[in-house]
Amino acid sequence: MKTGNDFLAGLRKGIPVAIAYLAVSFTFGLAAKRGNFPFWFTSLISATNLTSAGQFTGIELLRFGASYLELALAVFIINLRYALMSFSLSQQVRIRILPMKRFAMSLFLTDEVFALASEKGESITPAYYFGLATLPYVGWQIGTIAGYLSGSLFPARVIAAAGIAIYCMYIAIFLPPLKKNAGIALAVLSAAAFSCAFYYIPYLNKIPMGFRVIISALAATLIAAALFPKKEESKTESEERERKEGKV
Amino acid sequence: MKPSYLLLSALLMFAATLAPRFIPFVFIRKKIASPFWKSFLYYLPYAVLAALTFPYVFYSTGNFFAALTATAAALIMSFFELNMASVAALSFLVAFGLGFLF
Repeated sequence: MKTGNDFLAGLRKGIPVAIAYLAVSFTFGLAAKRGNFPFWFTSLISATNLTSAGQFTGIELLRFGASYLELALAVFIINLRYALMSFSLSQQVRIRILPMKRFAMSLFLTDEVFALASEKGESITPAYYFGLATLPYVGWQIGTIAGYLSGSLFPARVIAAAGIAIYCMYIAIFLPPLKKNAGIALAVLSAAAFSCAFYYIPYLNKIPMGFRVIISALAATLIAAALFPKKEESKTESEERERKEGKV
Repeated sequence: MKPSYLLLSALLMFAATLAPRFIPFVFIRKKIASPFWKSFLYYLPYAVLAALTFPYVFYSTGNFFAALTATAAALIMSFFELNMASVAALSFLVAFGLGFLF
């Protein structure tokens, strides 16, 4: 029963993400149609990649006939942030999860799923995680297909304005915790400042976009972690310590 | 674009997305104790999203001032913790509407 409840709780949490994914993947479908990519390729990419920045960059590079090396390297660098989330998730889970199950969970790791899973912290279970990921995954596929098929129906103005959707999702994720946590605030603000500096300062903006993002984020996080190392221990940790000390 | 080029590209993109997702989660089980590295991992995803957003969001609609205003709207709505889907939808409407003005 516990597992079923966890899954359902996850499903519910995933609904707003699924709706946002519908919108963003819709714009991906539109972009792929505009770029004259075949339908099978567009839906295959969304089914296997489930990521916004990587997919958009991928089709942009392919339109210009990028080499395999350039494509793989750019997509890998943009997705390197998942390695950090994946590592962070590994640090958080407390229960035993078999490697195959861990692998299956990894397939659905996105910025939003990670953020929601992290809210749950150490009490995260695979059932809850799969619940979280299910509707966003379905939404991503439906949105891609709908966007592709309706590619020629929408006026150019609508398609252009839809480009902002993905960034609004990012903002909706990093802004609320910024109010409560000085470390996150510093990391977010300095990452934004560094990223702008890389974009606007001559010569620095010669660095490819993927590298600029990674350098900005790493530098900002190092500063934030140095100035605001997490002091508070989690609930489970303090309970465990009290148990060891014989207080409970 | 040849189907073979697209198929191999799709495979490469799949691999390049999957590798960073599963390798740490499947192979690194050791817990880290250092508060510095703990906070580093805690802060990093937010920093990555911020670096991906700025300044690229300003150029995401092909109309700088419309996008700038829509970004401000998104920041305000997110500050008051409106859910993600509403933030995205309303900002889209702002960007779309202002696209006619500027």
